[in-house]
Amino acid sequence: MTKKTKKGKISTQSESGLIDITRKKFRWSDYLAEKVIKGTAFLSITIIVLIFVFVFRESVPIFSTAKAPAQTEIHSDANQQQETYGEVTDQPAAPEVQETYGEVTDSSEHAETTDESYTVSAGSGHDDNQTALKTLLTKDWVPVSEKPRYGILALLVGTFKITFISILFAAPLAILAALYTASFASRRVKEIIKPTIELLAGFPSVVIGFFALMVLATFLQDVFHYDTRLNSFVGGIAMGIAAIPIIFTITEDALTAVPKSFYEASLALGASKWQTAFFVILPAATPGIFAAVLLGIGRVFGETMIALMATGNAAQMGLNPFESVRTLAATIGAEMAEVVFGDTHYNVLFLIGSLLFIFTFVINAIAEFYVKGKLMKRIQGK
Amino acid sequence: MIRSFKNNIKGILIEGLTLSSALLIIAIVVVMVTVIVIGGKDQISWEFLTSFPEDGMTKGGIFPAIYGTALLVILMSVAAVPFGTITAIYLTEYAKENSVIAKTIRFAVRTLAVIPSIIYGLFGLGFFIKFVGTQMDNTFMGGELKWGQPNILWASLTMALLTLPVVIVSVEEALKTVPNDLRAASLALGATKWQTIWKVVLPGSISGIMTGTILAVSRGAGEVAPILFTGVAYYVATLPASLSDQFMVLGYHIYVMTTQSANVDQTMPIQFGTTLVLLMLTFILNISAIVLRYRIRKKKSN
Repeated sequence: MTKKTKKGKISTQSESGLIDITRKKFRWSDYLAEKVIKGTAFLSITIIVLIFVFVFRESVPIFSTAKAPAQTEIHSDANQQQETYGEVTDQPAAPEVQETYGEVTDSSEHAETTDESYTVSAGSGHDDNQTALKTLLTKDWVPVSEKPRYGILALLVGTFKITFISILFAAPLAILAALYTASFASRRVKEIIKPTIELLAGFPSVVIGFFALMVLATFLQDVFHYDTRLNSFVGGIAMGIAAIPIIFTITEDALTAVPKSFYEASLALGASKWQTAFFVILPAATPGIFAAVLLGIGRVFGETMIALMATGNAAQMGLNPFESVRTLAATIGAEMAEVVFGDTHYNVLFLIGSLLFIFTFVINAIAEFYVKGKLMKRIQGK
Repeated sequence: MIRSFKNNIKGILIEGLTLSSALLIIAIVVVMVTVIVIGGKDQISWEFLTSFPEDGMTKGGIFPAIYGTALLVILMSVAAVPFGTITAIYLTEYAKENSVIAKTIRFAVRTLAVIPSIIYGLFGLGFFIKFVGTQMDNTFMGGELKWGQPNILWASLTMALLTLPVVIVSVEEALKTVPNDLRAASLALGATKWQTIWKVVLPGSISGIMTGTILAVSRGAGEVAPILFTGVAYYVATLPASLSDQFMVLGYHIYVMTTQSANVDQTMPIQFGTTLVLLMLTFILNISAIVLRYRIRKKKSN
């Protein structure tokens, strides 16, 4: 009993020292509440682990060629899922999957095609995985053909190219705007800029994609006179628009976190307002700005809907910004719905997903730990 | 004298540069909104909002998409808001600020916030549909396919994971605005910690929970990537009646109409109309969240 009371005391002590006097009774309801709350709080960590495990799990068969026989078994059972799944997305008027099957004439065709791919992949499940692994680092992304090739190099190049373009567009714009908001803007102007940025952050990416597809693509083509209407340039700008709020918000936070004394000291030494902003505030907040750009990169890297709608979706290796590209995320988004569950193509898509996950995880970790360390040191003047 | 004049010019130029960046961003927002409003305003009518698509989606309304979106965000909130709130309570009320557990949870929450939405889609497919769903089918349905395929339940749960960090961050901010004096007073009167949280802290932060919910709903209504293969359908003739049905969603409707439809030009007005509806929906939600949060911050600074 005394032990339990002690426990209650310790947990409340942190809130205020007053509680020490009143020795509280142990209550089950309180004890339970704490345990439940604590357990639930671990959910976020659990989810991260689960995401990693389950996304990676589906991509594992590529690496293990020994598992090939088991693989074929999964095929037969997964195939049924695929048939019904494909039907609902393709067929209008499919309220209940089981009923429409066989009724709609089209579905028989569909079933046939999946059956074909089934026999092909089941027969050569073993080889398929091996070729997948071999072709992974080539530039041909041809997942649906007689001889499927899963080269992700072109996708990687496309993704990096588009990330580069969008950050080149978004980062200077957002950082300068944040500097304006933090250093020059009057209170009233701030109250216009900040909510506008928040609204932009609330824009669904499919709306930005729609805007890019319908308006921006035509406009940019008129200005720059290039051939392909949808290309990495259009996609990059559109994704940049999506990344602006993130970069802006974090940069602005970092700028306002610079202590007032820096500002005052600089002014007292005779520096003007803009000199202070550029040579004192901005350098002091560099780690924060670095984090902002990193998180912007993370946002663009995994963006799916804009990539699907505005980049043209052709896997090309070239570095010309006015060529169509296909990004990693867009590939998953476009092909996952049409793929046979459990076959090599499906596994490769999950492998791409794992890559995306690891990449954003690392970026976030760098942003978090690097910034925490550096920013604290600088502001405390060590 | 000359030097300070030069400096002045430089200062004006530099300030002008930063100002024009800010203006350009605002201009982008204004242009996007204007274009979509102008393109879609003639399409919006009561009929458009309340009728089904007709003639292979070239005519008619978007009612099933609106209904599906609403159902999705309601189910999503039911899952995300309680868990998000409880996590926030743990972080502010129970965990010590610098404990390893609290730090790890915060890191996990921020990581959840930056994971690309398509990864949630993959996770929903791999975990909910292929793992949980298939298990459920094997145990309850005798192997018959019911839960092991995309449906609105799995889509909502996937979306709930995506919006969890939004809820946690908002609620945490609100819980911090409840003055410590109130907690101390409640404890001093003999209330237990849980009673204090339930009767004092939570009622004081109800607006924060609301803000979190609204922001989560706004995010959930607009996201498409997580539900691409966890439950959304191109077209369903009936409204989803059970949790194992597929459904239509505004965002996916826009995507499909613009990229997959055979006659993009013919359906242009519907595309703009749908986009306008979705944009207005997220706008209204976001603006109310901004107003609510503004009030909370004001209360905090007082």
